Amino acid sequence: MNIFDVIGPVMIGPSSSHTAGAVRLGNLALAILGEGVKEAMIGLHGSFAQTYRGHGTDLALSAGLQGWATDDSRIPKSFDSAKEAEIEISFKTINLGDLSHPNSVRFWMTGVNGNKCTVTGASIGGGRVVVTNIDDFPVEFSGDFPAILTMHRDRPGAIALVTSILSTQGVNVAQMKVFRKQKGGLAAMIVETDQPIDDAAFEVIGKLPHIQSVRRIQLV
Amino acid sequence: MEEKLSLKEWIDLAETKNKSFGDFCIEFQAKELEMDKKVLLERMEEMLHVMEQSVVIGLTGITSMGGLVGGNGKKVETYRADSAEKSVVGGVMSKAIMIALAVGEANASMGRIVAAPTAGASGTLPAVLFSLSEARGSSMDELGKALIVAGAIGMVIASRASLSGAAGGCQAECGSAAAMAAGAAVELYGGSPEQVGQAVAITLKNMLGLVCDPVAGLVEVPCVKRNAGAAAQAMVAAEMALAGICSVIPVDEVIDAMAAVGNAMSCTLKETAQGGLAVSPTGILLANKLFAKVES
Ligand code: SF4
Repeated sequence: MNIFDVIGPVMIGPSSSHTAGAVRLGNLALAILGEGVKEAMIGLHGSFAQTYRGHGTDLALSAGLQGWATDDSRIPKSFDSAKEAEIEISFKTINLGDLSHPNSVRFWMTGVNGNKCTVTGASIGGGRVVVTNIDDFPVEFSGDFPAILTMHRDRPGAIALVTSILSTQGVNVAQMKVFRKQKGGLAAMIVETDQPIDDAAFEVIGKLPHIQSVRRIQLV
Repeated sequence: MEEKLSLKEWIDLAETKNKSFGDFCIEFQAKELEMDKKVLLERMEEMLHVMEQSVVIGLTGITSMGGLVGGNGKKVETYRADSAEKSVVGGVMSKAIMIALAVGEANASMGRIVAAPTAGASGTLPAVLFSLSEARGSSMDELGKALIVAGAIGMVIASRASLSGAAGGCQAECGSAAAMAAGAAVELYGGSPEQVGQAVAITLKNMLGLVCDPVAGLVEVPCVKRNAGAAAQAMVAAEMALAGICSVIPVDEVIDAMAAVGNAMSCTLKETAQGGLAVSPTGILLANKLFAKVES
């Protein structure tokens, strides 16, 4: 913790968890989708479902999906701007179960190029967030680091190939997690790095054997 | 586990170096951040400018998202203008009350604020800083330094206790904001590092046990008015410290006591809206009304 964690951040009120955290979750969902949002259905769970109007959580999520920062004064008007940009955003309350964090949200998104993605995350306090599920894969990462997410066949060497490409590009791995549903089936991997991953590395990784898809998640 | 910070340690360092606490903190923090002192001060001044803007937003008399607060900062402004001689607390503190309410209301209506230390308690520091700086004619530099003092105090509280209502109750949010503001006030008035510590200790003692019980879970009631109360507590403590009054319990021990009280506090009183004012008959009524609006 440094002094700017105490004096700051500058943000749009009223709540670091229900407003600033919601913007960040929207930012992350947008980054994971990897292209502009055309249509999003947003499900609100728990305390988010109960208090979203009073905290402007809905406006904050929509602002986040448009790529705005947590201190952007336009946040209270984010619906108008979404409309102008012809982004269709709708909300519903959902129940993700008792085990889910009370400030959880799920995005069902379609991008401007037709890509689809479902992202679930939670705002865990003080504006910090965690993504817990992408396209039905349980994951866990914060967006504090640049990251890549791969969907790949669970085969020997699949992971090593990815990390070796990163290392040749001088990218240091900060944290790495692999998730799979069954042995030899489809697996997901999150690699959080200290340096941003450039276009070249990103493209090469996408063409590796066993890699089905790769997403780059980079928040500014 | 990371070693806990100690306010006493920093105060002693400043005293032995014969520095004001502000000068010590700016040097220490700049080193810690590997940042130029001037740049650090400039960043603080940027924060002050945002705070000034929040006051302006608040004084337009906006209404909050949940509709429970708004317009009260403006009321105090009008009262001050109409009847200065009727002020119970005098001009400076009445201005602090006005600013605290205005920023709290700006926050509750999705205005831009500096979370210092949190969004809920964002009215307290601007209230104390701006009302006192007007009275004393302080420069932006002096205010920036006072803000760094506030930040340093907040860092120690975060390290030994907590700054969040969910973890430690409102004593950790508005209480910490008040303690930070009290230290900043002493700095602004030329008090010694030792007196900064006394002001922090006295403030926290006077706000120990304050629960977090937001009606309908929103940062509106009692949050906005609590910022005005916190600002007043900060000024009361700063006055005592500057007069040479000492806290019998040393400052780090008071912070530790606050942590212990926070841990002992029932979960119903830590931001869950399940206790205190949130479950008063009117609190429940308002919550039901708001939730019904959400459902429809
Ligand atoms: S009552 Fe709770 S939400 Fe309101 S200011 Fe205090 S700590 Fe924050």
